[in-house]
Amino acid sequence: MAILEARGLTVDIPTEDGVIHAVRNVSFSVKAGSLFGIAGESGSGKSVLTQAIVGLLPNADIGGQAWFEGRDLIGLPPQEVRKLRGGRIGMIFQDPLSSLHPYYTIGAQIAEALYLHEKIDRRDARARVIDILGKVGIPSPADRLDDYPHQFSGGMRQRVMIAMALILKPSLVIADEPTTALDVTVQAQIVALLDAMRRELGTTVILITHDLGLLSSVADDVMVMYAGHRMEYGKGAAVFRSPAHPYTAGLLRSSPANYSPGSELVPIKGRPPSLLATPAGCVFAPRCSDALSDCAVQPPPLRVYSDGVESLCWREEGASAAPAIAAPSPPAKKENGRAAEPVVAVKDVHLTYQVGSFFGPRRSLDVLKGIDLTVEKGETVGLVGESGCGKSTLARVIAGLTRASGGSVKLLGQDIGALDGARWRDMRRNVQLVFQDPFGSLNPRRRVGSIIGDPYRLHGEAHGEERKRKVRHLMEIVGLNPEHYNRFPSEFSGGQRQRIGIARALALNPSLIICDEPVSALDVSVQAQVLNLLRRLQRELDLTYLFISHDLSVVRHVCDRIAVMQGGRIVELAGAEELFANPRHPYTRTLLAASHAPPVLAGASDRSLREMRMVAS
Amino acid sequence: MSEMASNNVASEAEVVQRGSLELTLRRLWRDNASVAAFGVIIAVVLLAIVAPAIAALTGHSPIEQFRDIGLSPMGIPVGPGADFWLGSDQLGRDVLVRLAYGARVSLLVGVLASLAASTVAVIVGVTAGYFGGWVDTCLSRLTDLVMSVPFLLCALALVSAFGPSLLLSVIVIVFFSWAPMARVIRSQVISLARQDFVQASRSLGAGPLSIMVIDILPNLSVPIIVYTTMQIPNSIVFEATLSFLGMGIVPPTPSWGGMLADASSNSLYLVAWWMVFVPGTALLLTTLAFNILGDGLRDALDPKSARTARRLRRKSKGAAKQ
Repeated sequence: MAILEARGLTVDIPTEDGVIHAVRNVSFSVKAGSLFGIAGESGSGKSVLTQAIVGLLPNADIGGQAWFEGRDLIGLPPQEVRKLRGGRIGMIFQDPLSSLHPYYTIGAQIAEALYLHEKIDRRDARARVIDILGKVGIPSPADRLDDYPHQFSGGMRQRVMIAMALILKPSLVIADEPTTALDVTVQAQIVALLDAMRRELGTTVILITHDLGLLSSVADDVMVMYAGHRMEYGKGAAVFRSPAHPYTAGLLRSSPANYSPGSELVPIKGRPPSLLATPAGCVFAPRCSDALSDCAVQPPPLRVYSDGVESLCWREEGASAAPAIAAPSPPAKKENGRAAEPVVAVKDVHLTYQVGSFFGPRRSLDVLKGIDLTVEKGETVGLVGESGCGKSTLARVIAGLTRASGGSVKLLGQDIGALDGARWRDMRRNVQLVFQDPFGSLNPRRRVGSIIGDPYRLHGEAHGEERKRKVRHLMEIVGLNPEHYNRFPSEFSGGQRQRIGIARALALNPSLIICDEPVSALDVSVQAQVLNLLRRLQRELDLTYLFISHDLSVVRHVCDRIAVMQGGRIVELAGAEELFANPRHPYTRTLLAASHAPPVLAGASDRSLREMRMVAS
Repeated sequence: MSEMASNNVASEAEVVQRGSLELTLRRLWRDNASVAAFGVIIAVVLLAIVAPAIAALTGHSPIEQFRDIGLSPMGIPVGPGADFWLGSDQLGRDVLVRLAYGARVSLLVGVLASLAASTVAVIVGVTAGYFGGWVDTCLSRLTDLVMSVPFLLCALALVSAFGPSLLLSVIVIVFFSWAPMARVIRSQVISLARQDFVQASRSLGAGPLSIMVIDILPNLSVPIIVYTTMQIPNSIVFEATLSFLGMGIVPPTPSWGGMLADASSNSLYLVAWWMVFVPGTALLLTTLAFNILGDGLRDALDPKSARTARRLRRKSKGAAKQ
């Protein structure tokens, strides 16, 4: 029995630039008690879809129907939908810190929902809140009831959010990227909790995520969205084992976990289309490696297969069965005769902050507790660890942006702690950073040409025409169109911006490039492009990387050696394959166990086409 | 394949990538109040520009006294008529011509003082916000100090010590109007300085001056434009206040504040309403126009503001009905 039945949902959002066709003719049904997954890259319309259903998009024009408990939510007056929201439909959002009010205790915030929807006295409400907090795994809930959100860790806060969504025993919970802001080990716990809650309370869960690995481990049914269209829809197991749509196949293929380390990834080419004017034919046609001549001209038909998988595609046989992992792994170029001098030699580095208020007692906070690390020329060293373990701080110390309070950092044999102003500036040529956030790390008010040319300007090199020529050359190297020299960063997509950041880091031929989570803000398909670029550049220019990431599959794919950090210490340092095959430290094992790798493509399936019909787009 | 490519190009061409300037102007153009305000400002600027032409047309210079035709036999100013289109003042001077020349003074002082005040505010705000620490403490306390000095008392003391002049009025106005804007700029800089792109510049080896001017300053253009526009009416009113008290523009040079002062002396406004009405209306309309334009600019430059969203929604609902 379907608890939520959406038919032909269409969402248009008016903006400055025109109407964004965020969702186009999407139908699905969610079975009671199941976990329904919606997957897609950013901008695919997956969040907009659910927000439209629960009436959180007052500005949008919404068409179609969404039947929930015998009522069409799209036609309901706002106050009726509001009663359902919270009461019958619970919501869990991405960021547990900004979704909780910092000035109220969590008990009061959870109980608020009770007071709003039921007549209940204080004692009963309190008992109910304690009960639900216990259920979501908050230790000693009776004591923690009166704590404020900042007294909880990120994972605990997300548990509080889940408790808040479940307190009224809704029949449907919509979780919008509930684990994206959390650490890997915590992610696994939260997903397990959602799964357990659904079994225990019989709640239906809609899980929206971009993480296919996560989805494949829990979802009963999945819907893959792209540019507002429902590309593929069916049983989770069937879809992930052998995707019928080239897009789903491409997404799975883009994930580094499906490759032997060191080989070239097969990314989806190009980038998502603008939602203002989508292509006449299939929205995915321009990026599709299997595109036929009809694809770009006519909207694709809906194909229903024997195992229940539905796919919006022109190709009769679905996605090309054999995964295109044809690209041979580039020849190993590790020669043994390395230069004697390592690029970076970090010895017993400590970093201690003095914290404490004017009145309170002074405390010291150890962020780095004795780090030893060397990076040889031409290799990639990975730093892995959860947020707060000090990996970014270590990067800043090595980059010379933060001064270590103890120990020494030698870059090309020079101790960077002992440099004076002018020498420090000069040393900047040797170490460059690629930042995590491709939106924040480029000045929004400056043109791309001058951003990439900045290193030349600051070091007084290559003036006028010569600088322009060099910048264009750099743009070409990283795969940007040199004609876009005069554009602003806002005119580029996330992946392209990351390329701009990489071009800027390359400008002065640095001995070391520190990549601080360079792909964690990017979609899977784009992430593969950037990872390939980083590897190609390393091969061609003989670069040395220090690669920081929380994503183990990414680190395994690009790194020669991996250092696992926990609490300001490196707990394990080993060759990439050795670390994965034979983890020594218990923390490394926890990390490895917690990561969900997307399923490996099984190749051809035995499904047959059952029905094919045209759908209005 | 080529067909696909051309199709692709065609579909991409439909999406117009508008520049931020164009978008801002489009939003501003949709806001009727801003357009009207802009019209008023253009009219005042035109009035100031053609002041000599008006003087030539009427044959009255702004400081010439027509005691024979400009005053009744009782010595009372004459009302609006064929000779004096907007009436005359207590010395038989043409109010229209004086209004036009007064617009020059008001705009000059208003724009000049606002620009100077913004410059001071930007320098103080960016320095305090970027360096932080004791530099921030010193500059912020200085800002507080300036904001706590009583404006009129201090202005009167200064003017009576140095004697009234245009330059001194501008200096006094600048001194008393940079502080609030400096505070806003400072807070913006503090948040900007934490952004990754500033860190990126630092890691490239950029010095403080380079970061402040090249990285941070362009990102402050919105608050600078909005606050400078909003500061212009304040400066105009400041100048009028000083002139009204006889501490601003030296007579017989016409200024709006001075004209109001003339009207109030000997309670002349009881018999000659135009002496209050004309410069008063001009002052009111000009300051109102600049304030509305500043408000509109703020909405237009910030696409996320609630008003822009509401307007879009109304438009789309209207379109749906048609």
